[in-house]
Amino acid sequence: MKAYPKYLLERVNLPGSHTLAVSRAHAGYSALESILKTGKKPEEVIAVVKDSGLRGRGGAGFPTGMKWSFMPDPAKDPRRRYLAVNADESEPGTCKDRVLMERDPHGLIEGTLIAAFAMRVQAAYIYVRGEYRLSYQRLELALQEARRAGLVGKNILGSDFSCDIWLHKGAGAYICGEETGLMESLEGKRGHPRPKPPFPAGFGLWGSPTTVNNVETLFNAPFIMNRGAEWFRSLGTKASTGNFLCGISGHVERPGVYELPFGVTAREILEECAGGVWKKRKLKAFFPGGSSTGLLPASAIDTPMDHDSVKAAGSMFGTAAMIMLDETACVVEASRVIARFYDHESCGQCSQCREGTQWLAQIFARIERGQGKREDIDLLVSLARGMAPGKTICALSDAAAIPTLAVVKHFRAELEEHVRLGRCPLRHESSGPGAPASMEEAHA
Amino acid sequence: MALSARLKAEFDELVTHYPERRAGLIPALHRCQEELGGWLSPQTLEDCAQFFGLDPVEVYGVATFYPMFRMTPPGQHTISVCHNISCALRGAEEVLAHVCRRTGAKPGGTSPDGQFSVLRVECQGACANAPMLDLDGTYHEDLDLAKVDQVLDLVAQSARAKQGATP
Ligand SMILES: Cc1cc2nc3c(=O)[nH]c(=O)nc-3n(C[C@H](O)[C@H](O)[C@H](O)COP(=O)(O)O)c2cc1C
Ligand code: SF4
Ligand code: FES
Repeated sequence: MKAYPKYLLERVNLPGSHTLAVSRAHAGYSALESILKTGKKPEEVIAVVKDSGLRGRGGAGFPTGMKWSFMPDPAKDPRRRYLAVNADESEPGTCKDRVLMERDPHGLIEGTLIAAFAMRVQAAYIYVRGEYRLSYQRLELALQEARRAGLVGKNILGSDFSCDIWLHKGAGAYICGEETGLMESLEGKRGHPRPKPPFPAGFGLWGSPTTVNNVETLFNAPFIMNRGAEWFRSLGTKASTGNFLCGISGHVERPGVYELPFGVTAREILEECAGGVWKKRKLKAFFPGGSSTGLLPASAIDTPMDHDSVKAAGSMFGTAAMIMLDETACVVEASRVIARFYDHESCGQCSQCREGTQWLAQIFARIERGQGKREDIDLLVSLARGMAPGKTICALSDAAAIPTLAVVKHFRAELEEHVRLGRCPLRHESSGPGAPASMEEAHA
Repeated sequence: MALSARLKAEFDELVTHYPERRAGLIPALHRCQEELGGWLSPQTLEDCAQFFGLDPVEVYGVATFYPMFRMTPPGQHTISVCHNISCALRGAEEVLAHVCRRTGAKPGGTSPDGQFSVLRVECQGACANAPMLDLDGTYHEDLDLAKVDQVLDLVAQSARAKQGATP
């Protein structure tokens, strides 16, 4: 396989990679140090990040430098300002931020500090999903070390830049990964997303200017500052620059988290990194970027993995969590598993989402059980159309609707076959699970 | 009853991380659950409400929103099996069925001997090492049924060792 240069995972395999000593011996905190020692201005850092083309790795791919520049000018707006680091990683299929936090927590701390400096933020909160105990412990130790070394807290490295970083533990709700749900949760409330506008940069945590960034997004910042925007743009494609972490899971020989430049094809990741489809079987379909991104048929496997190309193929880059289904997989079953998840996770504020996710889950379950009606397939489509796009407070509703529309588009015949036969045509050789007998059991 | 002096001292420090006291609530509920038998009793919720100056109903509303908080006492050990897509594709339901068979617990329930609670949970971010389960806060990944047996045998062994240690 072509060897691509790495930087995100450069340190993770070193012994003791989570310690300050190892991090510092391998350029850890050198970008921060150089910003502070050379007296760079916050605007200059934002300009470099803008110029690099870095886009958010949390799912939406929003340009990071631009997001940072939305924070109001502190001369005109003296309110306290916050950065919330989104370490809630809960999109099914996604398991990349965990690698960075467990194995290179100082890299995230440095990225967080650079973002805080650029946006003149006084406090940053890292919202870590509650189940990630090792990530939390490693970050806690790393923060202690960094505080002792004068890298976090007051007058960092003797400069007049001060920033506190606090860890905050979530408690297992997917919706708290949505940026406004995250803010509500951080404030000690239920994670009910807020209507936008107002946007977080104007009215975020405790009503103050706030930016929410994903772990991997911030992790890129020190490398960009050290090596320059031009270096970053030399990796990837014109519109999607740098490397990204791809978690590939499901029916493959070597599932894993791999670092690749944007624009490599899904086939290359499947075949070269993940060792191909398992058990010498053929590929049937794949989710390119997590469970919220529309399923693509095997014929789309030559799609380059970058935001524009995956969109042109009819899906979304999302979190680059590729979930691969082999020829024995039942797409109805996969859809049922995912629809049930969104039903479970809908916060219930919007009727389209609350009712829609429940209906989708029930309809997929009955089609899988062989009790589907012919009208059910059109019903799925009309329900999904009523749920998205942009009809609800947050995008969870879209996240449930999009894969539904995709599965009907690409696999209508298979859905119809389930209805016609009154059973799964693949069941006897499926390598997946059986359906739970009832919705109650599925949610137990 | 009220919060122990130790937890109270811990929470006094915790709330200094935030401009508003209430923001410490969810981390505090986690600590209570860890320290006080693995669940949040009505008394604990009331104690937390008092500490944070909130209505107990409000605290209850927050606690029940979050799947990690348990409102009933769990067994000695909690086994959470991920049943989401990446795990499902690699045999999560077989793992779950096996765990239930071995422990005698139903999903969402506790075994008759009170040793094990078994839960179905959503994606735990271990998708590239599926299927997985979480035993008392530690991930066990890349499972097959033999590996599940190993994990369960270890728990049984350490339970026996503990029993042997106490006269
Ligand atoms: C339902 C839902 C769940 C989300 N979960 C996460 C998550 O777990 N982690 C994350 O970084 N972003 C998640 N996002 C995206 C965030 O809202 C936000 O766009 C992101 O954290 C911004 O960071 P970025 O610009 O650095 O990508 C989620 C969005 C939605 C609608
Ligand atoms: S779209 Fe769904 S999850 Fe999002 S706010 Fe509305 S009900 Fe809640
Ligand atoms: S789907 Fe099971 S850990 Fe992600």
